[in-house]
Amino acid sequence: MTTMPTVPDARGYFGPFGGRFVPETVIPALEELTAKYLEMKSDPDFQNELVNLNRTYIGRPTPVTFAARLTEYLGGAKIYLKREDLAHSGAHKINNALGQALLTKRMGKKRIIAETGAGQHGVASATAAALLGLECVVYMGSVDMERQKPNVFRMKLLGAQVCPVESGSKTLKDAINEAIRDWVTNVRNSHYLLGSALGPHPYPMMVRDFQSVIGIEAREQIQQMAGTLPDFIVACVGGGSNSIGIFYPFRDDANVELIGVEAGGHGIESGEHAARFADEKISRLGMLHGTKSYVMQTEDGQIMETHSISAGLDYPSVGPEHAFLRHQERAEYTYATDEEALEAFQLLCKLEGIIPALESSHAVAEVIKLAPKLSKDAVVLVNLSGRGDKDLDTVINALNERGE
Amino acid sequence: MATAIQTHGLAAIEKAFAQAKAEKRAAFIPYFPIGYPDYATSLEIITAFAEVGADIIEVGVPFSDPLADGPAIQAATQIALKNGTTPKLCVKAIADLRQRGVHTPMVLMGYVNPFMAYGYEKLTADARKFGIDGFIIPDLPADEADDFQKLVDGYKLGLSYFIAPTSSPSRIRLAAQRSRGYIYLVSITGTTGAKEALPEELTQNVAAIRTVTQHPIAVGFGVNTPEQAKQLGQLVDGVIVGTALVKAGGKSVDEARNLAAALRNAL
Repeated sequence: MTTMPTVPDARGYFGPFGGRFVPETVIPALEELTAKYLEMKSDPDFQNELVNLNRTYIGRPTPVTFAARLTEYLGGAKIYLKREDLAHSGAHKINNALGQALLTKRMGKKRIIAETGAGQHGVASATAAALLGLECVVYMGSVDMERQKPNVFRMKLLGAQVCPVESGSKTLKDAINEAIRDWVTNVRNSHYLLGSALGPHPYPMMVRDFQSVIGIEAREQIQQMAGTLPDFIVACVGGGSNSIGIFYPFRDDANVELIGVEAGGHGIESGEHAARFADEKISRLGMLHGTKSYVMQTEDGQIMETHSISAGLDYPSVGPEHAFLRHQERAEYTYATDEEALEAFQLLCKLEGIIPALESSHAVAEVIKLAPKLSKDAVVLVNLSGRGDKDLDTVINALNERGE
Repeated sequence: MATAIQTHGLAAIEKAFAQAKAEKRAAFIPYFPIGYPDYATSLEIITAFAEVGADIIEVGVPFSDPLADGPAIQAATQIALKNGTTPKLCVKAIADLRQRGVHTPMVLMGYVNPFMAYGYEKLTADARKFGIDGFIIPDLPADEADDFQKLVDGYKLGLSYFIAPTSSPSRIRLAAQRSRGYIYLVSITGTTGAKEALPEELTQNVAAIRTVTQHPIAVGFGVNTPEQAKQLGQLVDGVIVGTALVKAGGKSVDEARNLAAALRNAL
């Protein structure tokens, strides 16, 4: 394999994916953001401030844990966990939220707008806003508010205003619509702190860069611990920020296989899932929230409602760089069903004493399938993107339904 | 029986502006989505717009995720979707309207994803075939529209790009160069919807655009009352009204007709 091309290009394209499909009102703001971000990327003061807060506030580097009992139980490859669940506020989302909040201050804006699905990005944004003294408004679908109550309360405690979204499917995609509407209206004094590697340029690039700290750390840590680069890296993919964050620094390591795990929901045949790459019948090239990528849609181009047990993966499109990695055959994408994610959730609790987020449990579910097929010398690195305390109600209800 | 040769596409849009200008007034451009409150009523309302003297009609194509629209149009288009309104049905609606004698220029206003799913080639070919004169696509900015623009130009159709209060001089030039027919000036930062007063900066925006283009400028987003329309009409070449008419149309065909007539007469 040759070295991967540098993406995106100046117009925000990852091969045929990406771009900037948004109302004209926000284009000047995107141009300003792109210019400021590129300036800050090579600004030593900005980078030092970010590195310092990463260390003293988020608690970076997060450790890599050897999952000894899970490895033994599965009887195959050695399994290592990148512990983003130990990042302050409970998930990888803070890496990007803090970076963009710092950028907001540098742009002289005082208000941030965020959307949230599982609530982790909302909590991370509220946290960063509290730290830096910014006003914070979070849009959240009312269905998600119901299934992620503890995070709603956390955001409020952190001083954020949480706005319920009642339109459409009342989940992440509708929260993004509402956040963009707010931004279009208040674009002069507000920054839209988009939480995943999607949306119009420069978001997919910028979010990837802020999240790449995961992969940069893990690349060093795994070599120290296992004495080698991993054979496989496994991460869940909703919008795709935790996965692109761990994949990106390994993109030129040809022997490292990258596996993204989408939400299989009730199974692909059911049509109730969020597996954008797995279902060719309903997932086609399209535009949603400002970017060109795979979109689950009807024949008439209406965006479909998706299903996943995990709010953070419940999204009908996927970040353009993932579409590109798949297009280039650099990464493979598979899926785990709700049921498989629940099994993985419980297994990790019992064998490792770690309560993973339901999103991250999808990655663990893939490892349960993969590791036994591999030799004991093989090394699998899993991005444990968040902790599962927020999911306890969902898990209790799901287990009750199954009569356990 | 009228013997005048009907013009189509871009020529029809240009003719409408020329005619309004000859009458020393701004063009009246109402918006209404197909399928709200139901298919038949939406066609009656659009016919009423034509009867009271609309110069151009923007016909809305409902989309599941209309992120440039405010609550009123969102609610209306979601009802239209529940009624089974598809882009195909919207094309048929134009054909039906032509059939019943509506000769006013009509442009389709919708979002990029449903149009892409329909197929740009088929959409523009069908436009020519069924009497759609042009397009407005809020989430397809001029620098992302090369493929679509070629087809629009090939079929000699209209295409309006947006200029916002925040647009830089280079963005204004881009929108002006690529627009076919009229430029859509957003009067406020925000989504569609009626606002209280017209902002002062509008005068400056219009002056800035006039320095780079001869294209007619139509203003939308926030025009609510005949008084506002009158005030705006002295500044620009076209006045677009959506939300207020959609609200009226939700009550009855007559409410929509009366408001449209009042708006038209104010110009």
